[in-house]
Amino acid sequence: MSQSIRDSLDHCVKCTICETQCPVAAVTPLFPGPKYVGPQAERYRDASREGSPDDSLDYCSGCGTCTLVCPQGVKVAEINAQARAVMKAQKGVPFRDKLISRTVVGGRLSVATSPLYNWGIGVGALRWAAERTVGIHRRAPMPHAARTTFRTWVWRRNLTRRRVRSTHRVVYFHGCAANYYETELARRTVAVLEHQGIEVIIPRQECCGLPMQSNGLLDEARASVRRLAAQLAPYAREGLDIVSTSTSCSLMLKREAREILELEDDPDLRALAPRMFDICEYLVGLYEQGKLQTQMQPVPLTVPYHPPCQLRAHNIGTPAHRLFELIPELRVIDPNVTCCGVAGTYGLKAEKYDIAMAVGAPLFAQVDGSELACCDSETCRWQINSATGVETVHPIELLYRAYGLE
Amino acid sequence: MEAIQTEVLVIGGGATGLGVVRDAALRGYDTVLLERVDLGQGTTGRFHGLLHSGGRYVTRDVEAGKECALERDVLSRIVPDAIEETGGFFVTTPVDDPDYADAFARGCVDAGVWVDEIEPALAIAEEPRLNPRISRAFRVKDGAVDAWKLLWANARSAQQHGARILTYHWVTSILREDDAVTGVIARNDLTGEEVRIDAAFTINASGAWAGEIATMAGADGVTVVPGKGIMIAMNHRLVNTVINRCDPPGDGDILVPVRTVSVIGTTDTEARNPDELEITHDEVQRMLDAGEVLVPGFRNTRALHVWAGARPLFKDERADQSLDTRHMSRGMALVDHERRDGLRRFLTITGGKFTTYRLMAEVVVNAMCEQLGDDRPCTTATTPMPVSAEDGATRVGARLARRERNLHDEKVVCECELVTRGLMVQEIDRKPLGNLDDLRRVLRLGMGPCQGGYCAHRATALVHERTDISAGRAHELLHRFYEYRWLGLKPILYGDQVRQAVLDEWIINGTLDLEHLPREVSR
Ligand SMILES: Cc1cc2nc3c(=O)[nH]c(=O)nc-3n(C[C@H](O)[C@H](O)[C@H](O)COP(=O)(O)OP(=O)(O)OC[C@H]3O[C@@H](n4cnc5c(N)ncnc54)[C@H](O)[C@@H]3O)c2cc1C
Ligand code: SF4
Ligand code: SF4
Repeated sequence: MSQSIRDSLDHCVKCTICETQCPVAAVTPLFPGPKYVGPQAERYRDASREGSPDDSLDYCSGCGTCTLVCPQGVKVAEINAQARAVMKAQKGVPFRDKLISRTVVGGRLSVATSPLYNWGIGVGALRWAAERTVGIHRRAPMPHAARTTFRTWVWRRNLTRRRVRSTHRVVYFHGCAANYYETELARRTVAVLEHQGIEVIIPRQECCGLPMQSNGLLDEARASVRRLAAQLAPYAREGLDIVSTSTSCSLMLKREAREILELEDDPDLRALAPRMFDICEYLVGLYEQGKLQTQMQPVPLTVPYHPPCQLRAHNIGTPAHRLFELIPELRVIDPNVTCCGVAGTYGLKAEKYDIAMAVGAPLFAQVDGSELACCDSETCRWQINSATGVETVHPIELLYRAYGLE
Repeated sequence: MEAIQTEVLVIGGGATGLGVVRDAALRGYDTVLLERVDLGQGTTGRFHGLLHSGGRYVTRDVEAGKECALERDVLSRIVPDAIEETGGFFVTTPVDDPDYADAFARGCVDAGVWVDEIEPALAIAEEPRLNPRISRAFRVKDGAVDAWKLLWANARSAQQHGARILTYHWVTSILREDDAVTGVIARNDLTGEEVRIDAAFTINASGAWAGEIATMAGADGVTVVPGKGIMIAMNHRLVNTVINRCDPPGDGDILVPVRTVSVIGTTDTEARNPDELEITHDEVQRMLDAGEVLVPGFRNTRALHVWAGARPLFKDERADQSLDTRHMSRGMALVDHERRDGLRRFLTITGGKFTTYRLMAEVVVNAMCEQLGDDRPCTTATTPMPVSAEDGATRVGARLARRERNLHDEKVVCECELVTRGLMVQEIDRKPLGNLDDLRRVLRLGMGPCQGGYCAHRATALVHERTDISAGRAHELLHRFYEYRWLGLKPILYGDQVRQAVLDEWIINGTLDLEHLPREVSR
């Protein structure tokens, strides 16, 4: 375990603030809460000799809220993540967790077989069988696979040379979800950036390793994120900024990989971190420099917008709100709910599905009946959509409409 | 006045006294032990927690090394419940004498102390926080002891053989008939009443107070110098192995992982009175500097508590008068008062160290048997002691594992040390007249990072609920507990512990207004 993370437990004054904000502890007695599993339990863990005695730790969803709210700087969620990795390393990672961590393999497979896959995830009997055999809950949100990947589009685009050239260049880190499932979001992001007159570079990119990390496969996660960092770092060294539509994947590159995976000294990650931006964060930056196109058409909608936990962990506030203010006639509601429950892959798991749904319940109640909902993080969008039936989009999609790029 | 008759009376409820009473009880004597406060309230409850491999002594006192090597194995056989087999390292840091390592290795062989030199890199791999600049590393069989668990195991074992263990019994005078000691008068501090104990034989095992007791018996000049040592408990386990500096014994040269904390220690200065051990700023700084040598970054980690204990250093008339008591004999001292003072039926056993307490007990009870003309063999080395209700809890993860099992059925009173309501109730019912410090010594109540800030009022409420004490008395218990905790906090208030202390202060005085609650100061 990283010593700086473990040592942060020394700052805990037991004020219980994290306990009051943990969305999981609020809905289930199975989870003893962040103060307990974090700074308290960690004092009792000598896993190398004695093993991990507290399986209840696994109910932490990794949403990161505790770290964010702790006034003393205890890295609670990070302590949990590392302790869980140790536990998984000792007790073995279930097949299911390995399966859902391999986003690249899973993504490729589902795209290759997309008609069949998309049909399959909608068939109750198959989902029931998957719950029984693999442990993925039958009602857990599953994204539809694209027919062709975003990368195929990029490849074609490069062939046709129909792209903006400019001295203002940025790199787009799209991540796995946009490549295999939400290719439309990826294309629209490129369109919104090009609308600003920016040249968008889209290099090859690996998985950031987060799904493996949160499922306790730290070595695999390390290998993956280092490959990704090696792919992107040359651009950062050249002085280019990197933008991302995936809040959790960009957080990995900003800091989580270095902190949780103990890659503090990795030169590629170090070069990348200061150049890594969430897409809305980046656009707000442009706006502040007077470089953002503000010619927009009205979007007469009332949209509940849920800033996901992972976005909050960026410590950049909620930049999307600034962008929404620029869109005429758009009304945005803040449900003011900590977490939608899914927390990456947590809510997919059969034994955690109900907890995840309970966590998200206050959010779903406010989204219900809307025409459209909005959230920055992909798995959260799927969760909100699956729980409420309301189409849920990334903030970029609203900008895309406002710019009349449809 | 209540009167009690017994064959063997033992004065002092530290390791030595409990070893003696158990030894005598196992040999079939009718026994009584008197302790002025609670078991382990003297030096035994304030020591470093190290079950010595013997390595520390091999270059100065081969005999002591030998005794430790044998006794540590005996204890780990008869009372595994109280010991964590952490193992230990002796490491040569950049500031240590590089030649000492060879002398050390030779000494171990001569004394029969098990030792194994390993690659420094291996030691660092096992203990990643260890100073990366160590040049030699030796593995030894050090362990960590929970002193209280060991004391109560001895007490239970002795009680199974008929011993009566009387705590809060303060010996105020010693009874004599001509040239023989015939018993003592003690004050029961729980009831305020005097008790007379008539004994066929009296053994003085009162550690650093042994001189005082001997004087009471009329044996003058038995000088026991209190050798003060301070220790600081750090918030969590910086290491899981005992780390010793491979250098001639000095200040702050050992870091011991005990239960949830790591304890750095210790110093050695001559004190005047074992009941008044002041902890100075300078001593604290020295400990922190010493910690930094073993574990770089030590000063940035959180200190929880500091305390001091008094080594009972027996000083006979011939010993030199130098103030550094480390150079005096730490060996055990058996004082045969018949030979020395013409005083029969009275023996004093003092000095020594915790690790060899069983042997000390054997020596003194042998001497008693000889005086009495009894031929009763010692069986303490082969008789296992009964385990505690919390069997195995000395392992660091044990309480967390236990808590995992009762997560949904039991409330927790002390969050830091995971003391459940069930454990508390059991202990309160067993000793309804006890105070919070008595509970602390059995359960570790209030010994974690918040130092009682979050649990002491809950504990007080529980005591009030389970016993018939008045509200005023409950306030007094709480007040006294905080007062004692504070003694060990004040000298180390820096960094994270300051924030805790301030928050605790807000809770205690801002919210509870403890200072102005009516307190009933009884007895
Ligand atoms: C700082 C320090 C660190 C140490 N570290 C270690 C270590 O790591 N390993 C090790 O093996 N040893 C260690 N030692 C040594 C060891 O702690 C002691 O040698 C041992 O605990 C002494 O036990 P004892 O029973 O003789 O004395 P004590 O534990 O002091 O017991 C004597 C008892 O007599 C009682 N008493 C006194 N007067 C009266 C009276 N009038 N009536 C009734 N009762 C009375 C006292 O209250 C006390 O409880 C350390 C010592 C010190 C000071
Ligand atoms: S919020 Fe921070 S300081 Fe407060 S209890 Fe939680 S971890 Fe400890
Ligand atoms: S990461 Fe989220 S679920 Fe886990 S303890 Fe913290 S707040 Fe609770």
